[in-house]
Amino acid sequence: MNRIKRVFVANRGEIALRIVTACQELGLETVVGFSEADRDGLAARRADRAVCIGPAPAAQSYLREDLVVQAALGTGCDAIHPGYGFLSESPKLASRAREQGLTFVGPPAEVIELSGDKLRAREEAARAGVPVLPGREVASGAQARRAAEDIGFPVLVKAAGGGGGRGIKLARDADELDALLTLARSEAGAAFGDDRLYLERFVAFARHVEVQIAADEHGAVVHLGERDCSVQRRYQKVIEEAPAPGLEPPTRNALTDAAVAFARAIGYRNLGTVEFVLDADTGEHFFLEVNSRIQVEHPVTEAVTGRDLVALQLHIADGEPLAFAQEDVVFDGHAIECRLNAEDVAHGFMPTPGTLSLFSVPELLQLRVDTHLCPGSVIPPYYDSLMAKLIAHAEGRGAAIDVLLQALEDLDVEGVETNRMLLISILGHDDFHRGAVTTDWLERAIV
Amino acid sequence: MALSDEDVREILRIIDESDLSELRIDTEGFSLHVVRGDHAPSAEPAPRPRQAPAVTREPEPESPSTDGLHTIPAPMLGTFYRAEAPGKAPFVEVGSRVEPDTIVCIIEVMKMMNSVPAGVAGTVAEILPDNAELVEYGQPLFRLQPA
Repeated sequence: MNRIKRVFVANRGEIALRIVTACQELGLETVVGFSEADRDGLAARRADRAVCIGPAPAAQSYLREDLVVQAALGTGCDAIHPGYGFLSESPKLASRAREQGLTFVGPPAEVIELSGDKLRAREEAARAGVPVLPGREVASGAQARRAAEDIGFPVLVKAAGGGGGRGIKLARDADELDALLTLARSEAGAAFGDDRLYLERFVAFARHVEVQIAADEHGAVVHLGERDCSVQRRYQKVIEEAPAPGLEPPTRNALTDAAVAFARAIGYRNLGTVEFVLDADTGEHFFLEVNSRIQVEHPVTEAVTGRDLVALQLHIADGEPLAFAQEDVVFDGHAIECRLNAEDVAHGFMPTPGTLSLFSVPELLQLRVDTHLCPGSVIPPYYDSLMAKLIAHAEGRGAAIDVLLQALEDLDVEGVETNRMLLISILGHDDFHRGAVTTDWLERAIV
Repeated sequence: MALSDEDVREILRIIDESDLSELRIDTEGFSLHVVRGDHAPSAEPAPRPRQAPAVTREPEPESPSTDGLHTIPAPMLGTFYRAEAPGKAPFVEVGSRVEPDTIVCIIEVMKMMNSVPAGVAGTVAEILPDNAELVEYGQPLFRLQPA
C-alpha cells in the first residue's frame, strides 16, 4: 500500500469485522467508529482503536457523515471504508472525505450519485447499449396511464431514489395504478427526498442475477463473474450463489459484457455490482441498477475466484492498477451463502433482538462463517437482524448445499429466534435442488 | 379539541399510574402540560424558544461516584476546546463556580461549534481531556463538586 496506512471503519457487525481483518492482513491499522450499542462489539475489540461516535440510533451515529469524518481525522486515519448499508452509498460522505484529504474506499461522489438515481442509471445503461426494461418517468396520472398502456399491464411503479427493493409497487390494471400513484409519490418523497417515479414492465418469472465488477483508477475494468440472488422475500435476499445455476454461456457472456460496458460508460471506479433481471420465460436480460459498494453476498464471489474483494477495494482506493487482467479471473467450483437472521419467521419475520446464551457454528472443511457474534453477544434492536453469513464452497452445487445443510443442522444457537429452519427448508427443497428458482418462489413455495 | 371533566380525570389517572413527572402534548389547536407534585411548570406551554441547532440530547451522566463528584460527559464526538477561540481565556478553570447553563467547553464537529453547558451547579474539580483532543460520545470531560 502507498498512501493508506490507517483505515477508519464506518460500520458495524460482521462487515466491520471483515474490513478490520482485511486491513490487518494488508498491514494496515484500523479504527472502528461504533455506536453506544456496539461498545462491546468484536470489530471494536479487534481494531487498533475504537471510538464511540454517538448514541445507539443510527441516525445519531452510523448515519452521521460529519461525525464519521471528524472521528477519522481525529484518530489520524487516512482512509474511510464505509462497508455496506449506512453511509456506504452517500455521495456526501465520499465528497466530504475527499475535501478533508481522506481516501474514500469506494467510487467518486459523482458515480455514487448517479448509481443512487435509478432513473438516470437506467438512461445511462440504455445509452451504453445495455438492455433496459420498457418504461419511463411519469410526472402525472395521465402520463402514467399512457406509459402503462405502452408498456402493458402489469407494471411496476418505482421510485427514482429507491433501489435495493425499496420503493417498488405493482399495478395490475389502470384502476390500481390510479389508486397507488399519489401514495407512491408521497412515500418516495418522504423516504428518499426525491418524489420522481417511473414505470417499468413487470417480469412475472424473474431471476435476479448480478455481476461483480472491479475498476481501477487507470481505466481498467474487469468482471468477477455473476451471482444468483433469486431466493428473496419482499426483495430481500436470503440465499445467494455463484455461479448462477443453469446459465447458458452466451447469456453469461452477455451479462458480464453488459456490466463491463456500463461500468466503462459511467466512469465507474472501485468495486461495484450491476444487477440484472433475467426473464425466466424468454431468457432475456435487462439492467436493473448498480450498487456502488461491497455487497453482503461478496463472499460467494471470493470463494469461486479465490480473490479477497475487500483487499481489492483497498488496493484500488490506494491508486494501484489492477494486478490482474480479465483472462486471469478463473472460476473454481460452486459457492452458496445463506443469511442467518435474528427473526421470527412464524410471526411475520419480526426481528428478535436479545442476548445469545449459546452460539456455536460447526467447523467444516468447506465452510466459511462471517459473523461478529459469540456466546453472550447482544443483538441490539436498532439495526438489521443479520447474525452470520454461512458460505459453503464445494466442487459442485449439490455438495455445497450439503455442506450448508450440515452446518445449519449442527449450529447451536439459543437466546434469540432465528430463521435457521427456514434456511434448512429452502436448501432441502426439491425446487431449489433442481436449479434456478425465480424471485417469487420463496414466498409462493415456502413462507 | 374540547376536554370534558371526565377526560381530564382520565388523563390525571393515567399520569398518576405512570412514573412520569411531567407530560407535554402539543398538537394543532391543543396543548397540554401536566406536572406532578409541587414543581412549578418549567416553561409556559406557549411558543417555545427556538432551540439552537447545535443543542443535542446529552448522554446519561454517569452515576455519582463515591467521592461525590459529578461527571459531565461529552454530548457528542468531536474536538474538545476549552476556549471560544485560540488565545481567548478558557470558559472554566479548576475552581470555577458554574451554574447549570454555564458554558464549560466547545465541541467542534466539522466546523460546527457546539457549546456544552455544565448541566448542574457546582465547582470544577477536574478537567479531563487536553485542549483540541478528539473526545468520544459519552467520554467524561469535567468532574464537578456539586453545589
